[in-house]
Amino acid sequence: MTESSIPAPRRGVPIWAQIVVWVFLVGLLAIVALGLRRAQQGTVQPGQVIDNFTLPLYSGYELDGKSEIHLEDLRGKVVVLNFWASWCKPCEQEAAELQQAWTEYEPTGQVVFLGIDYVDTEPEARVYLKKFGITYANGPDLATRISQYFRIKGVPETYFIDKDGVLQYVQVGPFTSIDQIHAQIDPLLK
Amino acid sequence: MYKLKFLQITNYGLLLAVLAAFTFAFTNQTIVFAQGPTPTDDEVNRIAKQLYCPVCESTPLDVCPTEACRQWRDLIRTMLTEGKSEAEIKQYFVAQYGARVLAEPPNRLVTYLVPAVAILLGAFMLFRGFQMWMKPSITETDAADVKPAQDPYIARLEEELKKQK
Repeated sequence: MTESSIPAPRRGVPIWAQIVVWVFLVGLLAIVALGLRRAQQGTVQPGQVIDNFTLPLYSGYELDGKSEIHLEDLRGKVVVLNFWASWCKPCEQEAAELQQAWTEYEPTGQVVFLGIDYVDTEPEARVYLKKFGITYANGPDLATRISQYFRIKGVPETYFIDKDGVLQYVQVGPFTSIDQIHAQIDPLLK
Repeated sequence: MYKLKFLQITNYGLLLAVLAAFTFAFTNQTIVFAQGPTPTDDEVNRIAKQLYCPVCESTPLDVCPTEACRQWRDLIRTMLTEGKSEAEIKQYFVAQYGARVLAEPPNRLVTYLVPAVAILLGAFMLFRGFQMWMKPSITETDAADVKPAQDPYIARLEEELKKQK
């Protein structure tokens, strides 16, 4: 009876332990929040200046004799980045249109087409390139660094970058006609 | 006479044909040995199950039904035929597609150290927490030492209770 009436000295978790727990929890929440934010962001948005990246090129698909491309070296030209893969059936729908557009713009010297091969195997990629008679520069997205930067949602996706290195348009999914490609490139050449 | 000559020519022809067949068979056999035997599905899958294709997350490569994964398995088969080791094949895939394709993370100290430290820290804090909850705030001996009369309120309370009895 007397026991319950005696006030007990208050003892809690040490302050350092509380700090550690809170720091850990806040850190965990921050990581989850960043992940969710990234997942909801979608692809890189038009208006953004695209950072430099390096794309190694398959032999036989070099650009001006160079076996790798640095995006910053292409400033002053319109750049069309096309993410594709040999296992991607929708990519086949636009392959002929992209190649046709390249043959039209190549003589102007103002447009560069770059094919970025996403999560693919080189032998199959070469079969695909040969099958569709593709001649513009193409190379593998090593360690998926470029696709992660652009936050692509799948293939095919095509990014139109103007002469100042600013992203102007994103095409998610295949082009259904060459006019769609003209409609994006022509205004950037003016 | 002519018949005999004809038979001799036929015999030479047969001999040449047999020699040519042997040469052809031997040459072909040599090419097969040079390339190495075709790996079995089990040999391919032994490596494939240690890899995950980024396109089909959460599905090991050995059971993934997509076209992309079929191509990856074919590539593993080709590399095995070329005599590449398991480590070399995995290294190639990491170089091409990044470390996230590995079922087990790369053997780095921090990969194993951070979870271990977090678990130990959590266990220690749980232990401390339980220890504090279980420990009585004051022992019976301590309680017995307290003289009720020392507290005027308790003394009065007990006095009132005695009166009621």
